Amino acid sequence: MLSLVWEEPVSLIRISKLWKSYGAKNVLEGLDFSIDANEFVTIVGASGCGKTTFLRMILGEEEPSRGSIEIDGEKLIAEPGKDRGVVFQRYSVFPHLTVLENVMLGLEFAGSKILCRGFGSVRRHWTQRCREMLDRVGLLASANDYPNALSGGMQQRLALSQSLVVAPRILLLDEPFGALDPGIRSDMHVLVRELHRELGLTVLMVTHDISESFYLGTRVLVLDKIRIDPHDPDLYGANITYDIPVRNPLDDIAGTFGEERGVTQYE
Amino acid sequence: MRIINHRPSRGISYFTAILPFVLLIVVYAVFSDARLEANPDDKLLPDATSLGNAVHRMAFEPSKRTGELLLWKDTVASLTRLFIGLSISAFIGLTVGVFNGIVPWFSAFWTPFVRVLSMIPPMAILPILFIVFGLGELSKYVLIIFGTAPFIMRDMEQRVRELPHEQIIKAQTLDATTWQILLRVVLPQVMPRLLEAVRLTTGAAWLFLIAAEAIASTEGLGYRIFLVRRYLAMDVILPYVIWITLLAFVMDFSLRRLNTLCFPWFGKNR
Ligand SMILES: Nc1ncnc2c1ncn2[C@@H]1O[C@H](COP(=O)(O)OP(=O)(O)O)[C@@H](O)[C@H]1O
Ligand SMILES: [Mg+2]
Repeated sequence: MLSLVWEEPVSLIRISKLWKSYGAKNVLEGLDFSIDANEFVTIVGASGCGKTTFLRMILGEEEPSRGSIEIDGEKLIAEPGKDRGVVFQRYSVFPHLTVLENVMLGLEFAGSKILCRGFGSVRRHWTQRCREMLDRVGLLASANDYPNALSGGMQQRLALSQSLVVAPRILLLDEPFGALDPGIRSDMHVLVRELHRELGLTVLMVTHDISESFYLGTRVLVLDKIRIDPHDPDLYGANITYDIPVRNPLDDIAGTFGEERGVTQYE
Repeated sequence: MRIINHRPSRGISYFTAILPFVLLIVVYAVFSDARLEANPDDKLLPDATSLGNAVHRMAFEPSKRTGELLLWKDTVASLTRLFIGLSISAFIGLTVGVFNGIVPWFSAFWTPFVRVLSMIPPMAILPILFIVFGLGELSKYVLIIFGTAPFIMRDMEQRVRELPHEQIIKAQTLDATTWQILLRVVLPQVMPRLLEAVRLTTGAAWLFLIAAEAIASTEGLGYRIFLVRRYLAMDVILPYVIWITLLAFVMDFSLRRLNTLCFPWFGKNR
């Protein structure tokens, strides 16, 4: 059963005829699809096929060569903003700040434009919020450590909580668990799936791990080259070759994980 | 076993570190003895007593002409110049370097300019500095600044560009303004690197300080050395050189310590 049953989905992200090339190298050609609120979209594809490039355009770090990206019907300006949180594979946290300070940074940016610091009761309130967030991701015991004292998995938990504390609508993940050990990785899968459900997030995650993409995603997009010119591999870019609905996102949001639809669950 | 795999133990390392100094002193003493035996008035390699006398005279006896303790007066004068020069240099270097590193339009104007500026040999413009700023303190500060700031600017720019781009993107997704990114993300992370850059330029700063003092000054360590050179007063020059080396060493050491004390996260994550 592939028909999706939720009513009147609001297209949160609309990607229209999106092309991206670097010089003579075409990376993406003609991407055209929408992402609705609350979806957990995973994008799989071979290394170098343009997954990161696509994510960076949604992020606003790169501009499309052709076509457009709209969020809530508004054309995206090529600049990162607070509605789109991000976690990269590495370097997503600030090494000069403790765990707690890392999480509080977003609140300080929003609440104190010039000094960028809170004082007195404001600070206590922020600290409380950050501690709750750290407790949620299981990092409370490390609140006063610097990131270099954390394991890879803990750093990614920190990066997640740091983004989520400012409540973005869209969460962008670029192979966030690619560098983690398998055991830690499945803990992270559970956490991310729970956070998606609890916070009603729309998640866009890039991975090259197919089982991960089906376990996490409510919808899996496969990015690949449709045409290949053997004499000039750079001539054609990649596009979405498969668009596979996995679960009804609203089932996730409603609290119980929905039935997996016709796919093997790998974990 | 290959020689590259033989390592001295910690205890032996102290010994090996001291040995060359001991050797130098012994060689000096031998040659000094030989020369003084041939000619008791020889001034080139004074013995320990005359060195000690000179130190006592310069450091603890008021000068006959001015009534001042010359070594301390010279030290204060030189260190003040060095401190003022290097501080201004660090400030300019940090400001220009950080903006060059993070604001593309700022960099478009100033990065090429700074690159050319850093090619000018500072000593070549020393006459210009004396003409424009006079023979007083100002021209000495400017020479130190000119000799060290371009390096610090370029180093800071480089360090800012080396920050993972992911961090700058991440900060923007947390809705940080340019100012906030500067204040909370860039500045704290380049501060330890600024101390490092300043530490690396202290050698150059001493060079320019002593050069400026030698040419036009009435006090200062460099001034004194070049003044007493006329009387072949090696008994004063040698202690002064050792004293300058010691000061430079202490500055280097304190800047390192300051870095580890103020920025405990620095160094661990590299
Ligand atoms: N800034 C850039 N300049 C030139 N080529 C780039 C740039 N960024 C990415 N590419 C190229 O685009 C292709 C896709 O890269 P990327 O999106 O990082 O792949 P993926 O994340 O799927 O592994 C690669 O072949 C890469 O060499
Ligand atoms: Mg990638």
